Amino acid sequence: MLIRTRKLVKLYRMGDTEVHALDGVDLDIDKGEFVAVMGPSGSGKSTFMNIVGCLDLPTRGGYWLDGRAVSEMDGDQLAAVRNRHVGFVFQHFNLLARTPAIENVALPLIYAGVPKPQRSERAMAMLERVGLGTRAHHHPSQLSGGQQQRVAIARALVTEPLIILADEPTGALDSHTSIEIMTLFQELNRNGMTVVLVTHEPDIARFARRILRFLDGRVVADEANVPVEAALPA
Amino acid sequence: MSALQLLRVALRALAINKLRSALTMLGIVIGVGAVIVMMAVGAGAQARVEEQIRALGSNLLMIMPGTTTAGGVRMGFGSSSTLSEEDVAAINREIPDVLAAPALRGSAQVVWGNANWSTVIFGVTPEYLEVRQWPLVAGRSFEPAEMASGGKVCLIGATVAKQLFGSADPLDQQIRIKRVPFTVIGVLETKGQTLYGSDQDDLILMPISTARSRVLGSATQAKQRAVGTIWVKMAEGTDSKAMEDQVRGLLRQRHRLQPGADDDFSLRNLAEVMAAQEASSRVLALLLAAVASVSLLVGGIGIMNIMLVSVTERTREIGLRMAVGARTRDILGQFLVEAVTLSLIGGLIGVALGMGAAAAIAHFAGWRVLLSPQAVALSVAFALVIGIFFGFYPARKAARLNPVEALRFE
Repeated sequence: MLIRTRKLVKLYRMGDTEVHALDGVDLDIDKGEFVAVMGPSGSGKSTFMNIVGCLDLPTRGGYWLDGRAVSEMDGDQLAAVRNRHVGFVFQHFNLLARTPAIENVALPLIYAGVPKPQRSERAMAMLERVGLGTRAHHHPSQLSGGQQQRVAIARALVTEPLIILADEPTGALDSHTSIEIMTLFQELNRNGMTVVLVTHEPDIARFARRILRFLDGRVVADEANVPVEAALPA
Repeated sequence: MSALQLLRVALRALAINKLRSALTMLGIVIGVGAVIVMMAVGAGAQARVEEQIRALGSNLLMIMPGTTTAGGVRMGFGSSSTLSEEDVAAINREIPDVLAAPALRGSAQVVWGNANWSTVIFGVTPEYLEVRQWPLVAGRSFEPAEMASGGKVCLIGATVAKQLFGSADPLDQQIRIKRVPFTVIGVLETKGQTLYGSDQDDLILMPISTARSRVLGSATQAKQRAVGTIWVKMAEGTDSKAMEDQVRGLLRQRHRLQPGADDDFSLRNLAEVMAAQEASSRVLALLLAAVASVSLLVGGIGIMNIMLVSVTERTREIGLRMAVGARTRDILGQFLVEAVTLSLIGGLIGVALGMGAAAAIAHFAGWRVLLSPQAVALSVAFALVIGIFFGFYPARKAARLNPVEALRFE
């Protein structure tokens, strides 16, 4: 099992009251799955993603990523897991401004201690993989939103992670570009990459093969989905 | 991340905000520049003092006759004639490792051809030149026969030579001192100004007996063997304080002073006077550098200010870096290196600017400036420490950000 959570609880203190962002989540996600996490704001889906992505630790409960007990780790160990095994894709791309695409993609490799020649080589390969081989030296401001998100996906892939976590990856894109990006995720998934994405758009969730619904910190629905085949208008 | 990578990341971040980086650096540039200039000026002044001490000769005692009281009016040092040539001889005889030389002072109008000049006359013995460490640039010193017979020969200081003879050769020329013809037998080397600005080269030396009988007149000194000043040179490395006590004891004994009675002479230890002078110039140099370093401190606060702004502005970048695997120490290092880079580049520019300013001061104001490599290294190191000190808090603030909140930061 790639992701296993047991009785995952996350408490936030808001003044005097405690808020259960997660209230006992038991989930298993297998290698090679394509999961969409849905739910209204405040349902706990973002908190769940943060914990799965090793950005945050649960208040209680256990989380194992590929057999590693993440809930027991310290800060540096979490950073190492994020670096090697998790690829993040964000709604607003979060690319470094005034930095060429190839260097944005190579950023995780710096923290992995990969020497520069290999970094450039691997980053270039990933850019080609997402169809941006010719834009390697463009700055983010010279790229369209869809292209920027592709750079971000290349950055998520460059360390060959176990899982891609995408938080509203199409939230800042028009519908046509959104379909392109979702098609790219489907393609990655077909080649064996585990993808978990958070979205509140049903149209986007339809690209996944499994849909989880969160409400008030609990998983209220967990169903298989027959993914739409992206029929891109020419 | 390796140090080189940290540096590359820092340089890129600084290059993105060139104007801001330059303005932040300016504080350090001015601070280090000011420290460099002040250290150069301070060290220059100190070097000048040390040079004058060397010119005067180290380990020198100066003994002057005591005061007299005439009708209730105290006359000041040198007004009596309690010191004699016998005292000089006794010091030379009884105290080892010292050389005493008497001097009798007066002033006179000196004439050569059409030129005339008013100067100071010293009646001395040949030992005087040795005691004052004062070589001749031309001619010779007094011979024993001249000393014994009151020979009408003299040595002239560089200023007198210039004023009377201009470019002519003064050697073997006849000059008239108070209408008495003297032969110039030598010219003294230039000694420069004293610490207090008087010209040490404006003088004429002649045998003490000649001075007493021909120039100064017996009226100035009641006793025939009286002398004005006794200079005592101590051998290098002797304890000047102990030697001072010995000389004082000998003179008190010779003058038959009761224990508890005041000295009838005044004894000054020039080595100590000079040491005090040197210490005060060192304090001044230190004070100047301290004042200048205040501006360096202000520059450091400027760096901290900008780094804090930068950390806030780049919160999302920090969150992203953490998400892709930056550890706490990577973020800490990144921002610390940025601050240190600012302060170090600023420091190096400041050194260049300070050296230029010091050179300009030396050139235009004519001050003596002295800049040691240690002073340069010290101020660069100081800039480095400022960068680390004032960069640490913002860097730690960045490193302690929660990645979840940092990524969500608007």
